[in-house]
Amino acid sequence: MAAWLTGHASSSIGALGRIARHPLSSFMIILVIAVTLALPAAINLVVKNARTLSAGWDNALDFAVFLKLTVAEDEAAALGRLLEQRADIDAVQFVSSTQALIDFREQSGFGAALDQLPDNPLPHTLVVRPGPGNTSASLVLLQEELANLPEAEYVQVDTEWVQRFHAILDIVRQAIAIGAALLGIAIVVIIGNTIRLDIENRREEIEVTKLIGASNAFVRRPFLWSGFWYGLLGGLLALGLVWYGLYLLGGPVARLAGLYQGNVSITSMSLVEAAAVVAIGVVLGLAGSWLTTARHMRRIEPR
Amino acid sequence: MIQLDNVTKRFPGGQEALSGLSLSIDSGEMVFVTGHSGAGKSTLLRLIALIERPTSGQVIVNGQNTRRVKRRRIPKYRRHIGMVFQDHKLLDDRPVFDNVALPLIISGVGRRDAARKVRAALDQVGLLHKEKQNPETLSAGEQQRVGIARAIVTRPRLLIADEPTGNLDPDLSLEVMRIFRRFNEVGVTLLIASHDIALIDKLGCRRIELDEGRLRNGYKDDDEWLPG
Repeated sequence: MAAWLTGHASSSIGALGRIARHPLSSFMIILVIAVTLALPAAINLVVKNARTLSAGWDNALDFAVFLKLTVAEDEAAALGRLLEQRADIDAVQFVSSTQALIDFREQSGFGAALDQLPDNPLPHTLVVRPGPGNTSASLVLLQEELANLPEAEYVQVDTEWVQRFHAILDIVRQAIAIGAALLGIAIVVIIGNTIRLDIENRREEIEVTKLIGASNAFVRRPFLWSGFWYGLLGGLLALGLVWYGLYLLGGPVARLAGLYQGNVSITSMSLVEAAAVVAIGVVLGLAGSWLTTARHMRRIEPR
Repeated sequence: MIQLDNVTKRFPGGQEALSGLSLSIDSGEMVFVTGHSGAGKSTLLRLIALIERPTSGQVIVNGQNTRRVKRRRIPKYRRHIGMVFQDHKLLDDRPVFDNVALPLIISGVGRRDAARKVRAALDQVGLLHKEKQNPETLSAGEQQRVGIARAIVTRPRLLIADEPTGNLDPDLSLEVMRIFRRFNEVGVTLLIASHDIALIDKLGCRRIELDEGRLRNGYKDDDEWLPG
């Protein structure tokens, strides 16, 4: 057992040594693996961030009830208080036309243009937040009731696009899964091919060791370790690439956050996700070398 | 130790390397196989090392019928036989010590134990001081001695050698044969293929002469061989 362990230790170090002996070609292979791993990881991260960003909008299922221009401010406020009494309504925020104009002036950047208007074109608005007990059916009813109020001009529900956005994210997520599977196969092929060349280069050594009694498992060992190292180093480099990308995005995202006056920040990979990227690299590396050695080791017999 | 019963080896091309060969080598013997190239010397050794399998007949080595050794068990079978090659088949990417240690590593011998055995084997071929060198830097004779050290490091009871002196001049050849002789004196059975008749006669060992895959006419294997 101890000998088996030291055997593995020495062949793993030996495999690492062979990778180090050809730094340029080894680095190219590791880089290809890293890019292939980093691509789906990065896209996945983008989707994850989009999700957290839009999670805030998810419960923004408010109805904006725009009142008729004929409705006076105190009437509108009273209507708001009345609606707030309803069981299916959580809260009602009254936005007067004056307040709406101030907000619009601030946010739209049309300040100068608005000053040209003779009078305020905006109506009073009630922002109605439905209670948590509502079902989607009762929400439709509530929307109809609000629209049928004599004071109401128009009711806007601004949630459809949020749902569409989520549907798109789901599709992207699916696409990543499919793409990642294809890229995974690519990694297995890349590593397999590298190991195959390695086997051809060491054909004589394999023959000699088999001649003096080495089993297929013994001959296979260093190549499996090579696959392991390629996968591990590729996975680690992939993490580096993703993190470097996040670092580069840090500045623009801060600017975007400034524009939206929001709390926009990038979520990085969690420890589990980072570990998963490396683990996938290792598993694919081992798979590539396993498949290749299984095919070629039997073929190479002493002559 | 080695017994062949009516062994025939035919290659896919239809050419017969061995034809109904029967012979027997006792434990502790040192036997030479001679004959022209193509007489079947190498094939005989390859059958014993299970690099080839006979087309028909039995090859029994150390009480084990090679026919019954499954493909999967061949590595383990080979570990009990020391093999020396004409081109010594050393690995040039590692020092002498590692080359000699290879059979021990394959068998899973512990590091300390292995180091002791490697030094003992190198000592026996007189190359203890060259353990750190690369085989490439050694002379042909020294390389062959390293090959021998590798073959005997696991202390096999049987050693087979295919033209071990084929690339060596007479003096070095004699030296290699003397090393073989010493192993034989401590009980190792040796089967050596060679065409260097002059050298073999000098050593005075039993000789099996092959001709076109058969024992040479008038030269029966069970004859008492008398050293001239």
